Amino acid sequence: MSDPRVGVLYSRVRVEEKLLFEAFERRGVTLDLIDDQKLIFDLTDVDNHPYKHFDVIVERCINHSRALYSLKILNDQGVKTVNTALCADICGNKLMTTSALAAARVPQPKALVAYTAESAIEAIERLGYPAVLKPTVGSWGRLLSKVNDRDAAETILEHKETLGSYHHSIFYIQEYVKKPGRDIRAFQVGPETICAIYRTSPNWITNTARGGSSSNCPVTPELADICTRAARACGGGVVALDLFEDPNRGLLVNEVNYTMEFRNSIAPTNVNIPERMVDFCLQVARDGWAAANGWPDEGPHLASISLAEGASA
Amino acid sequence: MAIPTATGQAQCPECLADVTLTNVMQNEITQCPGCGAELEITSLEPLTLALAPQEEEDWGE
Repeated sequence: MSDPRVGVLYSRVRVEEKLLFEAFERRGVTLDLIDDQKLIFDLTDVDNHPYKHFDVIVERCINHSRALYSLKILNDQGVKTVNTALCADICGNKLMTTSALAAARVPQPKALVAYTAESAIEAIERLGYPAVLKPTVGSWGRLLSKVNDRDAAETILEHKETLGSYHHSIFYIQEYVKKPGRDIRAFQVGPETICAIYRTSPNWITNTARGGSSSNCPVTPELADICTRAARACGGGVVALDLFEDPNRGLLVNEVNYTMEFRNSIAPTNVNIPERMVDFCLQVARDGWAAANGWPDEGPHLASISLAEGASA
Repeated sequence: MAIPTATGQAQCPECLADVTLTNVMQNEITQCPGCGAELEITSLEPLTLALAPQEEEDWGE
């Protein structure tokens, strides 16, 4: 393919977007920037929409709802995207991620879902204290609650029911995994786990967005295997996986992120992550999603996309 | 054609300091060296800064 036409759907130009733009520029690819703040989709114009000539559109929205809707529309209109609506749908919602990983038998912390405060208390006590309450949609460690006892559980659940929007009453409860002061952030590009970092913090929340520090983590065969299986279960593509090291069970996948941030991971790993992302995007443009992921088939499918769940639009 | 950029000065809407900007893009995020406010480049010509939007519930990775 000569001169692929590549679009980038974005909200804000952060460090990651600048690095991606520069990486595409070094390949001689001219980008069309699509600002999601100015975007108007004609849902009914499937044949003559303005995106039909793109070979691939790279999604870098900051809002999950905008990303998910846009990818759904583009994929339904026949436009190839990185990542896909399926990937965004699964990874953008912790309940969906856990369910997909469980179906694929990927090791992960135990998680329960309940729909009322009463049943949520029962679920928390089934897991035992401390337990972790998480919103199904959200990132950067926001609104995570480590629930140490019944008093705290009752208070948090009442607050969530009273103050939160409806999806805060979908109670996602995860076992608390005692981490060795760190967790792992691994970067998956198609079939390959290209690099990983340890995120170290004295706080139980280790996100680098919350002050966790990063250092190189070797990509062992065990890490690559679980990441590759988890990524496939979540629809493939370019994703960042967060993993815990459990002393008894080994690696557990905690989260899979589909619009990954990588600014703090290039230096410790010495891997040019944006260049690898560009390689993948150009392969999707040229050969399609399954081939870029190294799949012999089309990979996982869902009957429908959960557009309503958790989206704030 | 390369993505347009601009170099110059713009005023921080929070503290009114002059902020020097080099090769910035439309919608790029920067920080005021004077007051630390998170700012967004809302125009390249003339170079204009606005306070970056507040974090929303579904923001993230």
